[in-house]
Amino acid sequence: MVDYPLDLLALQVFAGLALGAVYVLLALGLSLIFGMLGVVNFAHGALFALGAYVGVFLLGTGWNFWAALVAVPLAVGAAGLLVERFLVRPLYGRPVDDPLLLTFGLAYVVVEAIRIVFGKQPEPVETPELLAGAVFIGVGYFPLYRVFLIGVAALVVLALWLLLERTRWGLILRAGARDPTILRVLGVDVGRVWLLVFGLGTGLAGLAGWLAAPLQGAAPEMGVPVLAEAFVVTVVGGMGSLLGAVVAGLLVGVTYSMTSLLAPEMAKVSIFALMAVVLLLRPQGLFGRPGGLMA
Amino acid sequence: MSGTAAPTRARLPGLAPLAEWGMRHRVFGTWLALAALPLLLPSTALATSVVAYGLYALGFNLLFGWGGLLSFGHAALLGGGAYATGIAIAHYGAPWWAAIGVAPVAGAGVAFLMGVLAVRTRGIYFAMVTLALSQCAYHVAYQAVGWTGGENGLRGVNLREVALPFGMVLDGLDPRVRYGLVAVAAGLAVAAVSRVLDSPFGAALAALRENEARARACGYDVRAVRLLAFVLSGAVCGLAGGLLAIHLSVVPVETMHYATSGLAVMLAILGGMHSFFGPFAGAAAFLLLESAVARWTEHWPLVAGTVFMLCVLFFREGIWGTLVGWLRR
Repeated sequence: MVDYPLDLLALQVFAGLALGAVYVLLALGLSLIFGMLGVVNFAHGALFALGAYVGVFLLGTGWNFWAALVAVPLAVGAAGLLVERFLVRPLYGRPVDDPLLLTFGLAYVVVEAIRIVFGKQPEPVETPELLAGAVFIGVGYFPLYRVFLIGVAALVVLALWLLLERTRWGLILRAGARDPTILRVLGVDVGRVWLLVFGLGTGLAGLAGWLAAPLQGAAPEMGVPVLAEAFVVTVVGGMGSLLGAVVAGLLVGVTYSMTSLLAPEMAKVSIFALMAVVLLLRPQGLFGRPGGLMA
Repeated sequence: MSGTAAPTRARLPGLAPLAEWGMRHRVFGTWLALAALPLLLPSTALATSVVAYGLYALGFNLLFGWGGLLSFGHAALLGGGAYATGIAIAHYGAPWWAAIGVAPVAGAGVAFLMGVLAVRTRGIYFAMVTLALSQCAYHVAYQAVGWTGGENGLRGVNLREVALPFGMVLDGLDPRVRYGLVAVAAGLAVAAVSRVLDSPFGAALAALRENEARARACGYDVRAVRLLAFVLSGAVCGLAGGLLAIHLSVVPVETMHYATSGLAVMLAILGGMHSFFGPFAGAAAFLLLESAVARWTEHWPLVAGTVFMLCVLFFREGIWGTLVGWLRR
């Protein structure tokens, strides 16, 4: 095997963390929605693409990257509110597959709507000027935008942690994840909590899409591989575990970037191999509780 | 209801017994449909597609409708069979019976590899894991250019002749011959699936779907039953893939794509996951609607997605299930 200099490996790990930051945001949204509502959102990848395209649209109307960074999660989150209220809500109490199937059908509609409005060709998205260029991070120069990605993901994780652990609303959320019936008996409007959680989760998907756009551009189909990869992250981390989503997101990102350096032809397959190993050794995921979903 | 005035609901006399007959003789009924299909549809090619995709959806529904396991990875099973048949014909010039014969074996093999991992999970986890594994299979097919043609697809899958016993040779390029080949293979597979569902194994599968804890308490090995169901489903879907490869003369890499996995889910839901013939009806309705919609818009997925959501929200039994339920009322 060829010897790789240590600083190159370190930079590659850092690149993996940046990629992982996007996975973390995606998996947090999936895990939040699942942990509270018991719904696997198959439209998560399509909403990721929608986030990128809402950003592209806003940029086209003269907004800058930063304004879009605030507006995109709000817009996609608002779309999520509508989806929960009018499409997912009628399915509570039905078999667990039903909301999953519904969001699966929704993904087709969203992706095709994007194609109708923006066309089939991918749209390039430029890195904002402020974040162009590279920065010295001790072992070498590293694209500033990727440092920014890691920072945003860290901020979101911190904010989410504060929300869940330090606010009254977070208390209601945690209680709702454990026992919605008791919560309802205590006088909390659980339906409204679920609505907001769905909006929050989908908003995170939109944010991830807009953050990923400068790296890969925007394409209507960009959500399909992302959905599979986000599922890998949730399976590795443990479904419904937020800590698992963070650790597994970074782990999957680093696995991908390291194999693309050491064995490029294996890169795309490597994260699925990681998932297979986790399933064999610890089927509930790294931070999942045994029982429940596992046979 | 008896004793009160007769229900005012419109009833078509004579059709209820027909529905009962169809439920009792589901294999024979399907064979009749296979025989009539080329006469009912505008082209033989469309009829062949309906049969191949119908068999794919039936194989998927063996796991979903009867076993209660929702897989989003069946594209890998269809693709495994399609590539096996395609490689047998394009690389080795195999005769028709060998080319078709390897398809279910390959489908079952891929299903075994995926199933060993996937049956360790259940419920919605199962859907996620099978989706991820089939995405992995897609990347493998995409990169194994020497075998699969990679991005360009596997070309040259031309079955030129179908040699029968007693020196009879049929022209493999004639669409009617291809339909016959596909329909006979599918008809045999349908009979096999029906037999499996009637067997003690079929009862065990249904027991797992209805109440896993009780089935386990009865002594069933949950993982083994599910793995076997997945492998059988893989054999049927693999065969469907092989038939599709012969029908299309090419195996595009999209056969392995996520959208193909989703197609099986759509067909089963659209036709009716709780009825034996539903997946076939779903395939027929889907492909007919697709070719009709294609005349006025290229945005077929928008229509398909909307119809699918409406089915999930309001017509959970699908077209065929609703129709049969209505006739038997």
